[in-house]
Amino acid sequence: MATVASDRLFGKSIKRREDPRFITGRGQYVDDLKIPGMTYAAFVRSPHAHAKIRKIDTAAAARHPGVVAVFTGKDMTGVNSLPCGWDLRKEKKIPGVMQDLAIVPHMPLTSDAARHVGDPVAVVIADSHEAAVDGAEKVQVDWEPLSSVTVTENAARSGAPQLHEGAPGNVAFKWEIGDRAATDAAFKSAAVTVKKRIVNQRLVANAMEPRACVARYEDATGDLTLWVTSQNPHVHRLLMCAFVLGIPEHKVRVIAPDVGGGFGSKIFLYNEEVVCSWASRRLKRPVRWTATRSEAYLTDAHGRDHVTDAEIALSKDGKMLGLRVKTTANLGAYLSTFAPAVPTFLYGTLLNGVYTIGAIHCEVTGIFSNTTAVDAYRGAGRPEACYAVERIVEAGARGLGMDVAELRKKNFIPKFSGAYQTHVAVSYDSGDYGAAFDRVLQMLDYRKFRADQEAARKQGRLLGIGFSAYIEACSIAPSKLVGALGAGAGLYESGKVRVHPTGMVTVFTGSHSHGQGHETTFAQIVADKLGIPIEQVDIVHGDTGSVAFGMGTYGSRSASVGGTAILMSLNKVIEKGKKIAAHLLEASPGDIEFGGGQFSVKGAPGKAVPFGAVSLTAYVPHNYPEGLEPGLEETSFYDPSNFCFPFGAHACVVEVERETGNVRILRYLAVDDVGNVINPMIVDGMVHGGIAQGVGQALWEGAVYDGQSGQLITGSMMDYALPKADMLPMYETDRTVTPTPVNPMGIKGAGETGTIASPPAVMNAVVDALAPLGVDHIEEMPLSAERVWKIIQGAKGAR
Amino acid sequence: MKLPVKMTINGQSYSHEVEPRLLLVHYIRETVGLTGTHVGCDTSQCGACTVLINGQAVKCCTLFAVQADGANIMTIEGLAKDGELHPIQQGFWEKHGLQCGFCTPGMILSAYQMLERYPKPSEELIRHQLEGNLCRCTGYHNIVKAIEWAAEHMPAKK
Repeated sequence: MATVASDRLFGKSIKRREDPRFITGRGQYVDDLKIPGMTYAAFVRSPHAHAKIRKIDTAAAARHPGVVAVFTGKDMTGVNSLPCGWDLRKEKKIPGVMQDLAIVPHMPLTSDAARHVGDPVAVVIADSHEAAVDGAEKVQVDWEPLSSVTVTENAARSGAPQLHEGAPGNVAFKWEIGDRAATDAAFKSAAVTVKKRIVNQRLVANAMEPRACVARYEDATGDLTLWVTSQNPHVHRLLMCAFVLGIPEHKVRVIAPDVGGGFGSKIFLYNEEVVCSWASRRLKRPVRWTATRSEAYLTDAHGRDHVTDAEIALSKDGKMLGLRVKTTANLGAYLSTFAPAVPTFLYGTLLNGVYTIGAIHCEVTGIFSNTTAVDAYRGAGRPEACYAVERIVEAGARGLGMDVAELRKKNFIPKFSGAYQTHVAVSYDSGDYGAAFDRVLQMLDYRKFRADQEAARKQGRLLGIGFSAYIEACSIAPSKLVGALGAGAGLYESGKVRVHPTGMVTVFTGSHSHGQGHETTFAQIVADKLGIPIEQVDIVHGDTGSVAFGMGTYGSRSASVGGTAILMSLNKVIEKGKKIAAHLLEASPGDIEFGGGQFSVKGAPGKAVPFGAVSLTAYVPHNYPEGLEPGLEETSFYDPSNFCFPFGAHACVVEVERETGNVRILRYLAVDDVGNVINPMIVDGMVHGGIAQGVGQALWEGAVYDGQSGQLITGSMMDYALPKADMLPMYETDRTVTPTPVNPMGIKGAGETGTIASPPAVMNAVVDALAPLGVDHIEEMPLSAERVWKIIQGAKGAR
Repeated sequence: MKLPVKMTINGQSYSHEVEPRLLLVHYIRETVGLTGTHVGCDTSQCGACTVLINGQAVKCCTLFAVQADGANIMTIEGLAKDGELHPIQQGFWEKHGLQCGFCTPGMILSAYQMLERYPKPSEELIRHQLEGNLCRCTGYHNIVKAIEWAAEHMPAKK
């Protein structure tokens, strides 16, 4: 038994328990589902970026063999707009609101006008997928094309085409945070100020599994089951029942089975799942829909799309005196579920970075455009904040003539635990920012690198290094706090621990795993705490029919919020177990301790009863404490008291080929501090994947619309450049460990760090590489070879 | 109009009447019911639908079912023998070469052909050979490690 105590499962890189089904092809994704009597849905979508709908003729489609029904928005009477779950209005006393959020309608099938390419206007439902697709081609829409606007900076200009009656000038909201007067004063007193335009381009999440749903209504009972690619099935159910369809929530079961990646894009309630659910009730038959990849590009919520002017004020000796940020955020054609939160409270609140800055002010204008709706994509607001800060910090260092590492080291917030109050509302939990940065400098051998770089430059080679000292807000989030900021939901999590009579354990969690490995890490928490073999623990998630409630997985909250809810239930199980054990051992409950899978009497090691025996007694309560309920099952809801703030330092070494502009990553180093770690292998994997997505943003990715037609040019995997294996290096990773005081396990969150940290590191590296040519800033990503080549050609030093 | 097709999948023979436009991947998934082969795109970029056709790794969204008439196909479901994982499957498990698992069947079958051609591949070669398979979760780091692990643990060729 001694081996159990010394061999703690918490903190161990055990292999994933979910893998056997995936590596043998037995995962169960939504599109794998087949139900007798199933019908297939195909959507008719707008080919125009902006057009009025004069008339929709569905007669020919309805006559097509195999077609069961054709519906347009006009058929969906009594159905409401898809809701926006985040309010920004002065009457709600939301801090920082300068102009109220324009809450515009977003109907499941639009019937007045289409506002982006891909906007759905009708659905054809048929006995086969082929018949549905053929039928959809026969739907005739009489369009009146209108001029469109897709470019972020043009949407709010006078004369721009207007999208919504309720949003004059296409302005969705105006919002600010920080102290304008103090920031103005800081800039007046500065020795050096540097201002740069910084563009964070639009991205597409590209989870490998396209979105899908199957809705099955059972007429006999009135029950509706919706299988859907969701990161948060309970949220899907609540939004769909209470806000859109007005159907009873307790008669709807939402199941998110194996889900092939989300990265934010599967948080939101989408048109198609609402339409299929509604149609299944109407037709009394199951309805299935699976997005093609082309549909995914047109309709999955996009990410980022900020245009920012950032300005830093520095003293002569390199102290950061002030930061001023002005951002235009493109929200797309409609308000997606959490869209207004991303460029405001998930963005402005992170602009303090890891530095002591004298004063900060940030102003954000959200705009509508004829593009796909923008919402949370891995990092959501925090990558945009980190990008603005880490780019302007390096630009400031160059303006001052100071080494980029030295400037950072002069300004890091000193090590602390408990609270560091920023200028932008949030209070950090714990940090040792300089330590993570020093570690990455050490891994690099920074001084040697600069010497090597000097030598390479003499040979004409363009070698560069870039850093990113990032911070982010995870463990989302304290319900009371987010409620005061406009959230329409609480952001706690539930965790139920059911101990079976044999001592086996089933855990029901409201978090959802779509690659994160909950079936492993959550079981590690349980087996570690109860001292039982992990094989005796099962994790159930993704089903509103079995899990009490849940807010789901996003914002790196599963381990820190969902895991803590499970831990709380484990503690309750142990407390009850102590009462049962005390009775069996004829001792007082206060004298019972639990460890290594045994309840024992303090100071009498021989007097002990194993966990399994206590479990059995709870269900066979013949010899049982007076007044105690039988059974051993506990539920907890954990609502965190604060966000957690993971941080770290990344560095990227690049070489730019002068003749072609091609950027090659020579080394990528990441030192992350995510607090305590349950399974280092899994955390490393998430860091790797996050880095790849962030490097992808810096070098290759970007959703591009044609400025004239409003067509999405990057609408397929042939056109949108996703990183491939041969485009990326091996990553050099390490960790520092600064546990958070916010939750009992000291876990901060790890899912988004790589995506947040990496774009500025890569961009800063390329700017550094091109410095000998006189380049001191690059405004736009991605750094395609063409873009870099043009920069080289235009640089003073290249002539 | 429907046409007859007959093929062997994972050692079992199947015959059906299918529409000529039915893609092989949809035949495998919908008609035969083997759902381990996935569809991640509509332009043959992602490689999630990779299967072995007569020993060659093929994206089966690039063929109509009728074109595969008479073929001998292996899908991910046919790789483990008698419940024993193939070294490539084992490698993906050992080295955490998957997260959401959606690209994994295609990755594994691409790796299968790669290791037949190049039993001891370098990191660079592995990355180059995986050019037709996309993964959004792992950043490829651990997929490369998984294939290296498999190469070390493959039984010697007879």
